[in-house]
Amino acid sequence: MSGFEYASAPESKAIANIASSYGLFINGKFVEPKKGKSFTTINPATEELLSKIAYADKLDIDLAVKSARTAFTKVWSKMPAKERGKYLYRIARIMQERAREFAVVETLDNGKPIRESRDTDIPLAAAHFFYHAGWADKLEYAGVGSKPKPVGVVGQIIPWNFPLLMLAWKIAPALAAGNTVVLKPAETTPLTALLFAQVCQQAGLPDGVVNIVTGDGITGAALVNHPDINKIAFTGSTEVGKAIARSISATKKSATLELGGKAANLVFDDAAIDEAVEGIVNGIFFNQGHVCCAGSRLLLQENIADEVLEKLKKRMSLIRVGDPMDKNTDLGAINSKEQLNRIHEISNTGDTEGANRWSPECKLPSKGFWYPPTIFTGVSQSHRIAREEIFGPVLSVLTFRTPAEGIEKANNTMYGLSAGIWSDKGSKVLWAAKQLKAGVIWSNTFNKFDPASPFGGYKESGWGREGGRHGLAGYLTSDAKAAK
Amino acid sequence: MSRIDVNKTYKLFIGGAFPRSESGRVYEIKGANKKFIANPSLASRKDLRDAVVAAKSAHPGWANATAFNRGQILYRIAEIMEGRSEQFVDEICALEGVTNKVAKSQVEAAIDTWVWYSGWCDKLSSVTGSLNQVSGPFYNFTSPESLGVVAIFAESKPSLLGVVRTLAPVLAGGNSAVLIASENYPLPAITLSEALATSDVPSGVVNILTGKSAELAPWVGSHMEIDGVDVAGLSKKQEEELKLVGADNLKRIFRFNLDNHPERILSFMEQKTVWHPIGI
Repeated sequence: MSGFEYASAPESKAIANIASSYGLFINGKFVEPKKGKSFTTINPATEELLSKIAYADKLDIDLAVKSARTAFTKVWSKMPAKERGKYLYRIARIMQERAREFAVVETLDNGKPIRESRDTDIPLAAAHFFYHAGWADKLEYAGVGSKPKPVGVVGQIIPWNFPLLMLAWKIAPALAAGNTVVLKPAETTPLTALLFAQVCQQAGLPDGVVNIVTGDGITGAALVNHPDINKIAFTGSTEVGKAIARSISATKKSATLELGGKAANLVFDDAAIDEAVEGIVNGIFFNQGHVCCAGSRLLLQENIADEVLEKLKKRMSLIRVGDPMDKNTDLGAINSKEQLNRIHEISNTGDTEGANRWSPECKLPSKGFWYPPTIFTGVSQSHRIAREEIFGPVLSVLTFRTPAEGIEKANNTMYGLSAGIWSDKGSKVLWAAKQLKAGVIWSNTFNKFDPASPFGGYKESGWGREGGRHGLAGYLTSDAKAAK
Repeated sequence: MSRIDVNKTYKLFIGGAFPRSESGRVYEIKGANKKFIANPSLASRKDLRDAVVAAKSAHPGWANATAFNRGQILYRIAEIMEGRSEQFVDEICALEGVTNKVAKSQVEAAIDTWVWYSGWCDKLSSVTGSLNQVSGPFYNFTSPESLGVVAIFAESKPSLLGVVRTLAPVLAGGNSAVLIASENYPLPAITLSEALATSDVPSGVVNILTGKSAELAPWVGSHMEIDGVDVAGLSKKQEEELKLVGADNLKRIFRFNLDNHPERILSFMEQKTVWHPIGI
């Protein structure tokens, strides 16, 4: 390539201070797991060991739930709401103070570009605490009746794609509403949750209000099945979400589930093409495509398809793939070997089922887990790459002739988390937004998130919303739902 | 010789028509005085599937009707029921064995329930939607939208009010419904369907089956085109079993304990959030 090259601009690891090992955070203290088991977490960009992490089993979960229950009944639910809110404000402020440290640890543990952890994940996570802090003493105005009550002890399970941000989405509204929590971070990205535990200590949060238990799917299942949990809040795959729905079917537990997606990103022929191309790139390559609401099905109106694809390919050749700690990097590492294998497995069916693969030339590092930005054209609706969530930087391109056909194809999925619309015509945008069966519609933008904006899906993308007044309601009991 | 009564044949209500069960099965309903009243249809799995097909195809029209229009149609149901209230009263007296006064107050409550939910139709998004103040140049709003096809297991008693208080909120939210009447007190539901058929409710928006909940519940649970279920008429155990299979398409399954509450409408709605940039 001619023209200017970017010099590397690496962020320093020095601020990270990652300990060689971490215990479980139960009742305000870091403790060793009862059976002394542990696992490791690595940097997916280098495969270097980052830390040894305590593995929580049933006994540890039981201790964590007990501590959350005691904190709920004795402290947190009795505290004046405005004081509860002040703890959340404190947490938000400390997260802002330590934002750079959080960003570096997040990027090291997750593999996402430092630019994204620094500019998106961490500021949004702090904003979630600040936003919900203000709700704590205003719950009677949240639209769930004049005497809203917390649900109780909430078990929360979060994924590896936005580790700290997902923690904030879960813990901030739960605490604001007066609940206490036991949270399990993802197996491959536990570090920022453990750093957050230190923030809780610095904020003087009463012991047991937040408990962090690290482990794998078995740990998560133990949390879901613990008899003294009142509610499960889960973000992850639709498959696991359904398993949770089954395992709580004969209990009094409620649940919010933020699950998978296969979002359609519709480009109409009157769209501003250059802006749409930026939106397509942001829609699928943001966070390596490890986004449940990623715009992974591009639906182009037929008469502009060639023009959009040409510009998209040109734009994709400018994507910088590589060291996540480099501030110039656009596309970082795939979070784990397991996920990389999954991306390969589903994407390879694109080749065998007859779609056409294209990636720009790019050198992938020799160590770590990497996948180049990829598009498939000539995709039909029955292809696996058009139906299944790949959760990687892989875009399936389909076309449509009429707006009605575009909507029909967009809605032809079991998912309904998000969708994108690109058009310069206001009435068409609002028409399409109404027709699309998805919980979040981005028109002439994509992948925008905000604590004030409810997020969540239709159909098999889950139950309930997170964020905004609607998300808060999920952590309060309604007087109209039957006491079971 | 005194005149012989012309008795009614109680049939199903599917897609605006009144078919018998495709299975050819019926079962006997006796009144509180142990005397025979009717042989309503014993609906089969196939009848349920037909009802879901009708509900699914009627849903877009109903959901896209203006909320004001839906409100008027719900009010129209109240009007038509008012004119037929004597018929409902007689039926309830015969079935439940209650006094005329008690039956009358049940019918009045049922009619008033339609009126109450009628008024909700065009106020839902004002009361439960929001304009969200996001940090950036974006216009961002959230508003409720119908879920799709909702199955309802009606309570057995009060036999008419139990049907209306579950059905009215589902319709108010723009959903279409497949209602399974209670096994022992199914007749007011069928008589209601005759009122619905003459109230401008589009065909297929409401479908009513009579039969055995225990037989139909597992098929409701596993049907992939049913999006939500009100389990008012099911036992705790049946509810748990339905939730277990209902997880296959993450059905929204609820039981409510308050009458006339907007939560009954909103539980069978989705909240949609739309972002749009602001700028020139």
